[in-house]
Amino acid sequence: MNRPIRVLVAKPGLDGHDRGAKVVARAMRDAGMEVIYTGLRQTPEQIAEAAIQEDVDCVAMSILSGAHNHLFPKVVKLVREKGGEDILIIGGGVIPEEDIPGLKEAGIAEIFTPGTPTSVTIDFIRNNIKRD
Amino acid sequence: MDIRAGLLSGSKRAAARLITMIENGDPEAIEIIKENYHKTGKARIIGVTGPPGAGKSTVTDKLAKLVRKQGKRVAIIAVDPTSPFSGGAILGDRIRMSDLNTDEGVFIRSMGTRGALGGLSKSVHGAIKVMDIFGCDYIFVETVGVGQSEIDIVKVADTVLMVMVPGLGDDIQAIKAGIMEIGDVFAINKSDREGAEKTATEIELMLDLNGMTEYRPPVKNIIAKDNKGIDELWEALESHYKYMVSSGNFDKRREKAIETEILEIFKQNLLDRVMRLQKNTEYLSELISKVFNKQLDPFNAAVELANVLNKEEGK
Repeated sequence: MNRPIRVLVAKPGLDGHDRGAKVVARAMRDAGMEVIYTGLRQTPEQIAEAAIQEDVDCVAMSILSGAHNHLFPKVVKLVREKGGEDILIIGGGVIPEEDIPGLKEAGIAEIFTPGTPTSVTIDFIRNNIKRD
Repeated sequence: MDIRAGLLSGSKRAAARLITMIENGDPEAIEIIKENYHKTGKARIIGVTGPPGAGKSTVTDKLAKLVRKQGKRVAIIAVDPTSPFSGGAILGDRIRMSDLNTDEGVFIRSMGTRGALGGLSKSVHGAIKVMDIFGCDYIFVETVGVGQSEIDIVKVADTVLMVMVPGLGDDIQAIKAGIMEIGDVFAINKSDREGAEKTATEIELMLDLNGMTEYRPPVKNIIAKDNKGIDELWEALESHYKYMVSSGNFDKRREKAIETEILEIFKQNLLDRVMRLQKNTEYLSELISKVFNKQLDPFNAAVELANVLNKEEGK
C-alpha cells in the first residue's frame, strides 16, 4: 500500500535545543513522511502516549543534555508496555560512542550522532520499519 | 492486533490503528465502521478554525481541559497541511497540547490534509466516527490555518468556533466573504494585543450586516495562553448548542452533513469504477486522445464513459 510513513519527532528531557530535531523533521517531510512534532521538554510518558495515539511507524528522539542513558530506554519500555511492539525507535544527538552499545541493547534500533547526513537516517527508517 | 475487540474495550492502540487504516484507504476499516455505525452520533463535534497562528491549538487545549474537568472524554483531531510536492507533512498541533498527552480521557490525533483543499483531510469523517464509537463525549476538530474559502469544517461540525486575532488590519475585509460566514461563535485570541477591541467591533459590524436572525454569533475576547476568557467562551459554545437543539437546526445540520457525506462517497465510488475500467481496458486513454484530436468533445466523452461503464460492468 502506498502510504506515508509516520514518524514522531520528540525531544525528551530538559535541554532546550531543537534546531537539529527541526532540521531532521524538515528532511523527513521532504522525503514524503508525516512528521508529528511534539516540541521541547517531553517526558517519556508523554512521548510514548503520543506515539500510540498517532499510530506512528517510528519514534525519533533527540537529546543533547546527556540524559540519554536514562531517558531513551524508558521511552522504549513505555512504548512496548502500551502495545507499540512494532514501533521502530531511534535516537540522535550528542551521544558518546561508548554509550551506543548499551542503548542498542535497551531497544534503540540505531543512534545517529552529529554529522550524520539526514538521508542516512531517512534510509534507515525506510528500511527498518516493521509495517508494509 | 484485534481492532474490533480493542475498539470496544477502549484500547487507544486499536482506535489509533483504525484511523490509520481509514487514512490509507484500507477496505477492512470501512467494514468495521459499518458494523459499528449504529453507535455513532452521540459525540458533540466542535470545529475550531481560523487563520494560521491565531491560536487554534492553544484554544483547543484550554477548552479540552475545561471539558475534562466535567469528567467528559475528549478527542482532538488536528489537521495540518500536507506538502503538495513531497506528500510529507509537519504536524505540529500537539506542541500546544503536551500535558493532555498523558490524560487517560483524552485522545489526540494529528492528520495531514493529503491533497484535500477544504481545510480538512478526507479521512476526518472516518476519524470522527472512530472517536465517537470509542466513546468520546466531545470531539474537537481543528482545521489547518485557513484563508478565505476553506469551509469544509461546517460540513462536519455541530458548532464552528472561529478563532481570530487582532492586527490583521485590512485583511479582515478580505476574509469577510468566505470563512467569516461559517462562524457560530467568534473568539478574538491574544486580546492583550493592540487592536483587540477594534477587531471585535469589526466582526460585530460584519454580523450586523447579516440582518436580524434568530441566532447572532457571540464575539468573545480571550487570551488563551493565560486561560483568560475560556469559561465565557465555553458558555458561548454551549448556548449555540442549546439554540441548535431547541430550534431543530441541530438535526437539520447533521442531516445536511450526512447528505454531503453520502454524495462524497458516491462520487468517490464512481471515480473508483472509472479507474478500475481504465486499469482493465484503457478506455479512458482512448477517450482522452479522441478529445485531444478533436474527434470528440469532453461533454460527450463523459456521456460515453458512463455508457461504457454500465455496459462493461453489466457483463
